[in-house]
Amino acid sequence: MEKWQNQCAWFLVMPVVLLVAFNALIPLMTVVNYSVQDIFDSTHRLFVGTEWYRETLLNTRLQNALLRQLVFSGLVLLIELPLGVAIALTMPRKGGWAISATLVMIALPLLIPWNVIGTIWVIFLRPDVGLLGHFIDHTLGIHFDYPTVPIQAWISVMMMEVWHWTPLVILLAYAGLRSIPDAYYQAASIDTASPWAVFWYIQLPKMRGVLMIAVLLRFMDSFLIYTEPFVLTGGGPGDATTFLSIYLVKLAVGEFDVGKAAAFSIIYFLIVLVFSYVFYQVLLRAQRGEVR
Amino acid sequence: MKLRLRFIWLLIYLLVLLLPIYWMLNMSLRDNNDIMSRMALFPDHPVIHNYVQILTDPSWYWGYINSFAYVSINTVICLVVALPAAYAFSRYRFLGDKHLFFWLLTNRMAPAAVFLLPVFQLYSALGLLDTYIAVALAHTLFNVPLAVWILEGFTSTVPREIDETAFIDGYSLPRFFLMVFIPLIRAGVGVTAFFCFMFSWVELLFARTLTVTNAKPIAVVMTRTVSASGLDWGLLAAAGMLTIVPGALVIYFVRNYIAKGFALGRV
Amino acid sequence: MALIEFKNVAHSYLPPPTRIEDYALRPMNLVWQHGGAYALLGPSGSGKTTLLNIISGLLRPSAGRVLFDGRDVTDSSTAQRNIAQVFQFPVIYDTMTVFDNLAFPLRNRGIAAVEVRSRVSEVAEMLELTDDLRRRASGLAADEKQKVSLGRGLVRSDVSAILFDEPLTVVDPDLKWRLRRKLKEIHKRYSVTLIYVTHDQGEALTFADRVVVMDEGSVLQEGTPQELFETPTHRFVGYFIGSPGMNFLPCRLSPDGAEVAGQFVPLAAGLRTKAAQATGLEIGIRPEAIGLSGSGSGLAVEIGDVAHLGTRKIATCRIGEHEIKVVVPPEQPIPSERGVLEFNPAMTRLYSDGRLVG
Repeated sequence: MEKWQNQCAWFLVMPVVLLVAFNALIPLMTVVNYSVQDIFDSTHRLFVGTEWYRETLLNTRLQNALLRQLVFSGLVLLIELPLGVAIALTMPRKGGWAISATLVMIALPLLIPWNVIGTIWVIFLRPDVGLLGHFIDHTLGIHFDYPTVPIQAWISVMMMEVWHWTPLVILLAYAGLRSIPDAYYQAASIDTASPWAVFWYIQLPKMRGVLMIAVLLRFMDSFLIYTEPFVLTGGGPGDATTFLSIYLVKLAVGEFDVGKAAAFSIIYFLIVLVFSYVFYQVLLRAQRGEVR
Repeated sequence: MKLRLRFIWLLIYLLVLLLPIYWMLNMSLRDNNDIMSRMALFPDHPVIHNYVQILTDPSWYWGYINSFAYVSINTVICLVVALPAAYAFSRYRFLGDKHLFFWLLTNRMAPAAVFLLPVFQLYSALGLLDTYIAVALAHTLFNVPLAVWILEGFTSTVPREIDETAFIDGYSLPRFFLMVFIPLIRAGVGVTAFFCFMFSWVELLFARTLTVTNAKPIAVVMTRTVSASGLDWGLLAAAGMLTIVPGALVIYFVRNYIAKGFALGRV
Repeated sequence: MALIEFKNVAHSYLPPPTRIEDYALRPMNLVWQHGGAYALLGPSGSGKTTLLNIISGLLRPSAGRVLFDGRDVTDSSTAQRNIAQVFQFPVIYDTMTVFDNLAFPLRNRGIAAVEVRSRVSEVAEMLELTDDLRRRASGLAADEKQKVSLGRGLVRSDVSAILFDEPLTVVDPDLKWRLRRKLKEIHKRYSVTLIYVTHDQGEALTFADRVVVMDEGSVLQEGTPQELFETPTHRFVGYFIGSPGMNFLPCRLSPDGAEVAGQFVPLAAGLRTKAAQATGLEIGIRPEAIGLSGSGSGLAVEIGDVAHLGTRKIATCRIGEHEIKVVVPPEQPIPSERGVLEFNPAMTRLYSDGRLVG
C-alpha cells in the first residue's frame, strides 16, 4: 500500500529502538572488543587484531559444522513450513470448544523448557524403557540405537525438532488464515472456485506476510539451536550432530579463551545475518506484487 | 459435527503431538527406579510424590511464581512498545525505515551465550540484578523485534482506507488505535502475546545469569533435579508438566483473539 | 434473469427464536420482478444484508422458501443460483491480472478460451477497464477494483441477478456518481435484475425503479420512489425518506377536519370518514406540501429558525408544542415572528398508530 511520508513516525518507533539498542549495542560493542584480544585473565590482555577471525574461518571443523547446520536448517524449513500450513488449514474455523482445545494442545510443545524437552526425548527414545524407542525396536524390529548410529541420531534430532517447533508455524499460519475476511470465501463460492483454487488464489496470497515471518523465524532459530540437540545427542555420535552453536560452545569451553569465542560469535552472527538478509530480500521481492 | 476428511488429518497430528506429552505425564507419575527399569505404557502404581514435592517446596513453587512474574511484565512491555512501532512501519515512510526494520530482527541472530557476560555486567552496574524487571527488560532484546515483525505483518492486511475513514470521522490517533485498530488485528495481537510469553518463559541463559534467589525462575530450579545419584527423571517430568500450565492458560485466554480474526464489520 | 419470490421467509440468528425481537428478518412475502432495479433501503441493523444474503444463498433462512422462476432454491448453493454479488469492499484475486479476474468464473465452469476472451473483452469495454486488462488487479484504485468485482458478475451470461451490498462505501465521493451511472447503463443494456442495499436514501432513490424500505427486520413498504415520497404507508418511511422527513402532528378528528393544538386542518374528501374509528391519529405532511405566508387563512404558527440551503429554505415553525418544517422557495420572504401555514389537502395524510389511513 502507499505509505504516508512522515518523519514524525520516528516517535512511534522510538521506544522500541531505545529498548532494543540498550540491550544490544552495549553488549555487542563489548563482544567486538573482546574478539580482537587474547585474554589470559582480567589484567592480561593482548591485542591480536584479526588473528582469531582468520584462525576460525580456516578451521575445517568449523566448516563441517556449518555444512551440517545448513542441511539441518534446510530440512527444518522443508518439513515444518508445509506441514504447519497444512495443519492450520485443517483446523476448525468457528469458535467453540473444538478450536479452544485444539489451540491449547498445539501450543503445548512450545511451552516446555528446552532442556526438559531434550531430557524427555532421551528417555522417550530409549529402546529399553522409552515409548517410541521400544516401539521401533521391538514392534517394528529395527535395531534402534541412536547414540551410536549417525543417521538415527539425525532422524531423532529431526523428529524432536519438528515435534517441538511445527506448532509455531501452525499458530502463525492459523492466525493469518483467520485474518481473511469471509467475503473472499463467499466470492469464491459465487465464482464456483475449487478448494485448490481457493487455497492458491486466496489463502496462500493472504498468508504471505505471515509465512515470511515464519520462514525467517524458523530459519534463524534453527540456525542458532543449541539446548535440545545437545541434551539429546551431545553432538554425537562423534561429530554427526554437532551443529554450529554446539561447536561454538565446545570451543569456548575447551579453549577457555574468551577472545577466541568472541570472534567466533561475531562470525556466527554475521553468517546468520547474511543468510537471513538474502532470504528476506528474496521473500520481499516475491511479495512485491502484493503491495496494495 | 460433520466429520470431514480434513479433521481426520488434524486428529492424527494431535495424537502424534500428544505422545511425548503423555510420556512426560507417564514419567511424572512413576519412581525413578521404575522409569529406568522397564517400558510401561501405563504406570502400574502411579505415585504423586513428585508433584507433592514441587507443590510443597517453597523454592520450587516460587520458581514458578517468579517466572510467571517477569514473563508477564515482559509480555506487557513488548506489546505496548511494539504496537505503535508496527503501525509506524506499516503506514509511514520515514528516514531509514527499511534498515531499522531489518536491524530489529538482527537482534535475534546472535547466539545468546555471546551476550551473557556483557549483559550481566550492564545490569549489575545498574543495580538491577535479581529483579523481575531485569529479566523482563533483557528478554525484550529478542521479543520486541518478534512482536514488531508479527504485528507489522497483520497491520499491513488492514486497508489504509479504514484509518482514513476513522480520522475523517474525528477519531484521534490514540482513540482510533484502541477502539478501531486493535480489534481489527486481534489475531496478530493474540499470537504475538502468546509468542512473547512463550519465548520468555522458556529462556534459560539470561534468566539464570541475571537472577540469584529473589527472582530465580523455574527453569533454573529445575536444574536442581541433578543430584549425586543422577538425574531425578520423575521430578523433572512433573516439573515439566507443571510448566505447561501457565502457558496453556495464556493461550486459552487469547484463543478468541486468534480464532476470531479479522472483524471487518460496518465501518 | 429470474423472477425471485420469498414465501414466508424469516430468519433468526439465535436458535431457536422465541420472541418476535429475536428475528433478524421477520416473516415476509416478496416478489422481485424480472430485470427490475431494486433498492433495499434502511438504517443499520434493519436486516438488509440478511435479506440480501438469503437471496444470494450465502445464508439459509430459518423459515420459508425462496423460489427462482418457480423453482425452489432454498437449499441450493450460491453457485447453483447463478447469482453475482458485489461486497462492501472490493473482493478481487490480488495475484491475478484484471483479465484473469474477469475470466475466473468462466474458466471454473469450463468455458472455451475463445468465448472467455470475447466475454471478458465485452465486459471490460462496458466497464471501461480495457486498458487495465493486463495489469495486476492489486494495483488498481478502490473504485476500479469494485468495477472488477462487478465485472466478474457480468461475465456470466446466465446470471439471474446481481446483488450489491453497499458497494460504494470505499469509493471516493467524487467517483461515486460515475459508478452509479455505470450501473444504470448496465441495467439498461443487460436488463438483469439488480438488487442494491444501501442506507443512503439519495443513492436508493436515484438508482432504483422500486425501493424496499426496511426497519428492524420488516419490510415496511415497497414502491416507486414517487410512491414512497407521496404516500408513505408507515410513519418510519415518511420520516426516513425525504430531507427533511415528513412532519407528523398528533391530532383529533373534528367535524371540520382534523384538530391540531386547537386549530383546524382541512382533510381530503372521504378521509375523515375512513379514520372515524382510528386511534393514535397523526397528520403526516411533507415540508414541500406546505405553503407559508404572512397572513391569511390556515394554521397560525410561530416562526423559528430558518436554514438557507441555496436552492431552498427550510423554516422550522411551531404550533403549540409541535414543530413543523416547511420548505420555502429561496426568493420568498419569510415573516420574522408569526405566519400562516396552508396544508395541501391532497397531500395531507392521516396516520393511525403509525400506519397510513385510507
